[in-house]
Amino acid sequence: MTAASIHIRSFLQEGTRFIAGALHFLKGTGMKSEPVLSTLEMKGIVKRFPGVLANDGVDFDVRAGEIHALLGENGAGKSTLMKVLYGMYSPDEGQILINGKPVTLRSPLDAISHGIGMIHQHFMLVPTLTVAENVALGLSSSRRIVLDLDRVTEKVHELSEAYRLRVDPSEEVWRLSVGEQQRVEILKALYRGADLLILDEPTAVLTPQDVDELFNTLRTMSEEGHSLVFISHKLPEVLRLSARATVLRDGRVAGSVMTNAVSQADLACMMVGREVLLRIDHPDVERGDVRLMLDGVHADGDRGFPSLCGIDLEVHAGEILGIAGVSGNGQRELAEVIAGTRSISAGTVTLNGEDMTQWSTHRRLEAGIAHIPEERMVDGAVQEFSVEENLILKNHGHAPYSRGIFMNFKAIAAMADRLIQRYDIKTPSRQTQIGSLSGGNMQKLILAREISRNPDVLIAAQPTRGLDIGATEFVHQQIVAQRADGTAILLISEDLDEVLSLSDRIAVMYEGSVVGVVDRKSATANEVGRMMAGGGCEAAGARSLAPVSEPSAG
Amino acid sequence: MILNQLLRKYLSVSRLQSVLILLGILAAAFAIGGVVVAALGASPMEALSELFNGAFGNKHAIANTLVKACPLLFVALGICVSFRAGVFNIGGEGQLVTGALAAAAVAFAIPGWPTWLVLVLSLAAGTMAGAIWAGIAGWLKVRFNVSEILSTIMLNYIATLGMVYLLSGPMNDPAHALSGRFMPETARLAIELPRLAPTRLHLGVAIAVVLAVLVYVFLWRTTIGYRIRVVGKSLRASEAAGINPRRYMILAMVLSGALIGFGGAIELIGVQHRLITEGSAVYFTGSAGFNGIVVALFGQLHPLGAIPASLLFGALLTGGARIQRALQVPSALIGAITGLIALLVVGTDYVRRRRARQRADTELLRTPPPNCVSQGEGEER
Repeated sequence: MTAASIHIRSFLQEGTRFIAGALHFLKGTGMKSEPVLSTLEMKGIVKRFPGVLANDGVDFDVRAGEIHALLGENGAGKSTLMKVLYGMYSPDEGQILINGKPVTLRSPLDAISHGIGMIHQHFMLVPTLTVAENVALGLSSSRRIVLDLDRVTEKVHELSEAYRLRVDPSEEVWRLSVGEQQRVEILKALYRGADLLILDEPTAVLTPQDVDELFNTLRTMSEEGHSLVFISHKLPEVLRLSARATVLRDGRVAGSVMTNAVSQADLACMMVGREVLLRIDHPDVERGDVRLMLDGVHADGDRGFPSLCGIDLEVHAGEILGIAGVSGNGQRELAEVIAGTRSISAGTVTLNGEDMTQWSTHRRLEAGIAHIPEERMVDGAVQEFSVEENLILKNHGHAPYSRGIFMNFKAIAAMADRLIQRYDIKTPSRQTQIGSLSGGNMQKLILAREISRNPDVLIAAQPTRGLDIGATEFVHQQIVAQRADGTAILLISEDLDEVLSLSDRIAVMYEGSVVGVVDRKSATANEVGRMMAGGGCEAAGARSLAPVSEPSAG
Repeated sequence: MILNQLLRKYLSVSRLQSVLILLGILAAAFAIGGVVVAALGASPMEALSELFNGAFGNKHAIANTLVKACPLLFVALGICVSFRAGVFNIGGEGQLVTGALAAAAVAFAIPGWPTWLVLVLSLAAGTMAGAIWAGIAGWLKVRFNVSEILSTIMLNYIATLGMVYLLSGPMNDPAHALSGRFMPETARLAIELPRLAPTRLHLGVAIAVVLAVLVYVFLWRTTIGYRIRVVGKSLRASEAAGINPRRYMILAMVLSGALIGFGGAIELIGVQHRLITEGSAVYFTGSAGFNGIVVALFGQLHPLGAIPASLLFGALLTGGARIQRALQVPSALIGAITGLIALLVVGTDYVRRRRARQRADTELLRTPPPNCVSQGEGEER
């Protein structure tokens, strides 16, 4: 980070504080001193967006000291419901009752004053401030001219002891790991007196060890009488942590159940509305020759720090090599150096025994590399192009799709119709703009395009991130089918369950290095998780590439 | 067959919608123009009828409208190609001028050659000069990350001042000093494009329309055009697909400049026959280098859309001149209406994009209806 940007940031922080202070002064009142929230009820919540009914008469309640999981597929209305509860959206119909009394929550400040706190998926922290300063930010005491940071620090210390939230109050936030940053968010909420805490997919970015620690904290909090709403789509966690689960589907409540009475399959069926295969069929496949080999690959990340330091990997035909790791440890860069969109500073990349280090992206994909990119909306598709135009993104220069420089739209249409049917892409027509498709269908399209090129090597980066259960199931089946066809597959995923269930071997990345490769048969989540959390690499910069939230969102 | 396809494509709902929006914009701009006319003490209805008569009243008026539309169409075609590649060529004025200068230079350099050959070489020189002029900006963008918006505007100045220098020095008409005119000018060209006598309608108009179709075919029916459009819509997707965005950005700029430079040569050989400057480029271009951008935007950056759009703006120019003569309303009003249309087109485009984005956002909130096999609840979306 440059000095200038720090300057600008601190200027912005000062500005934010000043405005917050001014608003506070104008309002003339502080927060309620001792909010006590014991029960919460949401009744008949309806929230409409143009063309969409996001919540359609949702009833939801939380009891004191309860850990309540809120489940649902993407777009089922979980986030909308919680944003209504946190005062970010006002409902079109329905009521919120706190301790039996109806309340109106006009803003998050309102919600906070009623004892409701929320931990967003993307943390709302200022990276250049310390933990204590972050906690103090926006508090009424911080709006006076002199900030009594010592008192804040002391109280943060007390809270972190009481709830076993290990974090140093005087450390600057950008130095913290993702797990620690999450603890700061929880501390912030506790400091503000949250009795009910909403956690939006809190485990998505954590290692298994961090997850255990988080769950311990959450259990402690619930014993102390805090109520917790836990948004997730990871079923094992839900069963492990929560006492009750409410499942949303299509904006309505599909059911509210005690978790000791249901199985994962029951919950999955409630979410999707049909039976779902939770286990992936993983037949034995004869492992073939080495297709892709990386030898001592070094590369820099976007900010010029080394982000890959000496990667050695081999992927065989008919094998899925899973790459596990917490996001920001070099996985994205790894995919890019193979696909050819990032240049490497040392080492070689070999395809079928040929050194392709100096090859262009074009030559690589002609030679048989397929890539399902992590950011599918940006790298994988042209949003304003039609389905068929996106399907020929990589093959448009080949017969029968073009002759000379002229494109053959008849052949393209036939191919598009075939792929739409074969890969079950839900689209009104092949001429529909891809930007209007759902995330799952967009991913199916990209998958169809890449697989139909019959690649030797398939890089699948976060192939199911953000997809619902049905689409995830489909993508997994296709990847396993490719393996059976003898493709060498590099599966990069932050979802440890996915890596463990699909891969033949698992390589764990930490700070730009592969810290270990384990076999599927011997791998356990614990062992892989331990490797994800540690290892040695001289790249000091790698960790700072881990996502640190910007202060802008609010 | 092809006509059928085209009709089906252009009469789809979204096309119809954009046509309606554009007509609405036009109506709004005319309404505001009408208010101004009324404020100046003239009758808006009379102004409208004079405008129409001036533009389409007789065969000379129609010819004049088409002749005015011609350079606008060339520029708009060039703009379509570059904007589709995501490169904002604001250098139409400079490219028109360099195209015309090169065409004139060649024509003067080889006086004794067969007329048709001089004509062809002169047009080719104009095309090349425009291509190089725009190519410079493209190269600067790709190589040094210089904003093409700034560099093309700067190149406009260089081209204009270069013209002033050449016309008052090396390319000055030897007879000029004797003629008693003050503005720097070249001699009259010995060549001209075939014309539909007695009107001013020249062959260039037909060439422009044919080129519009060719540009359409190029952008939507060839692999190169496809790649240009991919680069324009998403740099990162193009890189991931093995398309080198730098190469296609330069190519788009070169083609854009070639089209506009060709247009400049056509304007010189077909209409003006000699280059004259009063110190700026306007005397030659009539600001077509800028108005062509408005035309392209009004035509939805589509080469075929640019045809009616250039006709409309050509009509405004000739009709505006008539209003001034008949009603003493300054024809600058037409310039104001043109600007207003540009603002409204860009503005509504922005609103539509934002709407589309919001729709896409809410789309993400929508779940497909359940498809419970066991319960037989219909099909997934």
